Amino acid sequence: MRTAEKITALPGRLGFETLESLAYLGRLARLVGQSARVAWLAPWQGQRLHSQRTFHQAMAVGVRAIPVVSLISLFVGLIMALQSAYELRRLGAMQFVAAAVAVSIVRELGPLMTAIIVIGRSGSAFAAEIGTMKVTEEVDALETMALRPVAFLVAPKFTAMLVMVPCLTIWADFMGVMGGCFFGVAGAGFTFASYLEATRTALLLRDITTGLVKSALFSIVITAVGCQEGFATGAGAEEVGRSTTAAVVKSIFGVILVDLVFTALFYFTNRG
Amino acid sequence: MRESAADARPPVISVLNLRVSYGEREILHGISFEVRRGEILVVLGGSGSGKSTLLRTLVGLEKPTQGEVWIKGVNIARASPSQLDQIRKKVGVSFQGGALFGSLTVGENVALPLHEHTRLEASTIEIMVRIKLEQVGLARFDDYMPSQLSGGMKKRAAVARALAMDPEILFFDEPSAGLDPIIAAGIDALILDLKKAYAVSMVVVTHELASAFLIADRMLLIDRGEIVAMGSKQELAVSANPRVRQFLDRVPEPQVEDELSYLQMLTENRKTRR
Repeated sequence: MRTAEKITALPGRLGFETLESLAYLGRLARLVGQSARVAWLAPWQGQRLHSQRTFHQAMAVGVRAIPVVSLISLFVGLIMALQSAYELRRLGAMQFVAAAVAVSIVRELGPLMTAIIVIGRSGSAFAAEIGTMKVTEEVDALETMALRPVAFLVAPKFTAMLVMVPCLTIWADFMGVMGGCFFGVAGAGFTFASYLEATRTALLLRDITTGLVKSALFSIVITAVGCQEGFATGAGAEEVGRSTTAAVVKSIFGVILVDLVFTALFYFTNRG
Repeated sequence: MRESAADARPPVISVLNLRVSYGEREILHGISFEVRRGEILVVLGGSGSGKSTLLRTLVGLEKPTQGEVWIKGVNIARASPSQLDQIRKKVGVSFQGGALFGSLTVGENVALPLHEHTRLEASTIEIMVRIKLEQVGLARFDDYMPSQLSGGMKKRAAVARALAMDPEILFFDEPSAGLDPIIAAGIDALILDLKKAYAVSMVVVTHELASAFLIADRMLLIDRGEIVAMGSKQELAVSANPRVRQFLDRVPEPQVEDELSYLQMLTENRKTRR
């Protein structure tokens, strides 16, 4: 009986989880919409922009991430060079190492690795900061002072991330190519100039722009999930830990999902 | 005589048949009361009585399921967000832990509402901040971070921030909770000073009896979501209502109601909660 009940309950659970996920997407979309209205419409209506807070967030999200992003991208570029050389050597085609690294970094790994780093640094920080503020009643205090928490806390983060994450991605692309260059010069018979030339010819503008569009979308996902999890924090320190973890895990999933959708989209619209 | 002069003016807060629920559980079961201009109304109640829910509803953080809450002529239960904002700019709230923003200094905390809602110059705001901090006895602490303050100082800073926009109504959530008697007495004295200096109306939610009797003009006792007693502090002190007497005389709840329920409690199958 019990087993049969469990089996018949499965479609119900599936339906429930699907609806819950759609509701979650709705909450994220509402956050994005409210922030967009504050960030872009409100200045025309005469309300004040929180530019100092946005700047402060941009420093934390972008500038302070440069060392980590540089190192990781450098290593990833090196890894990609090594992996592609492993196969290309057997085919006697080592001159394609530069192209392999360039395409994989600029189109996929640059945006994705940057997004993962930003999730770990900033996505978790957003959830923890807003979650803690919820627990200490600071979010309530903002509301009672007629300061909308979304306008005050979330909109600056969105603006900062939308500007900084694509910039970090460009930097990551560059460092990735440099990492590949290191291997190319040391072990694949390139010179510095010939490697860069090979990279340049392998890349199309389309590769760079698709990478940047993806990184902008990633930044929206990361901010929305991080802030939403922060606002959904219950009472107590344990809840803050839980919501921070949830923010990171859901952001990673969201980023990969968006990556899949838009990579497929770019593929099907550019087959010509 | 004195009473009727104060009663002639319309009440600053008017609550009619207020019902508030969290999901399916109703916390407040149809409460009605008034707060008169310039008075300190103390809301007494035990844990779980609904007094925190009442305060949260009065400041607009919870929406009632039924009833009306009139503050300065606006029913905040049905107000639009912009109307609610206008009321909030005239109201100051001091939360239980202070709820100071940890990333800002004390001075920046107090300046925040002025900075966001007015077009005053930074130097003017700074002077106003210093005035408010001096009023609460934190004159030289404007550059301190909230984490560097003691519990009593945090509460004082929270009061200074609540005063920043010169509100007409002040709400206090457990102002003396967790403080030693001396510091708590300091907060009580501060509340009385504010009443004299600013002629604000105040609603203080607390369960500290000594503070309540010191600062209150009128008191109201909430128990299990209903008002059990309301009146001046003298009236409550001599009330014969058993729940009031139990609260004021600090009588603990009886341990066992009867043998049957005791046995039931011991032997029933408890459902495990998530």
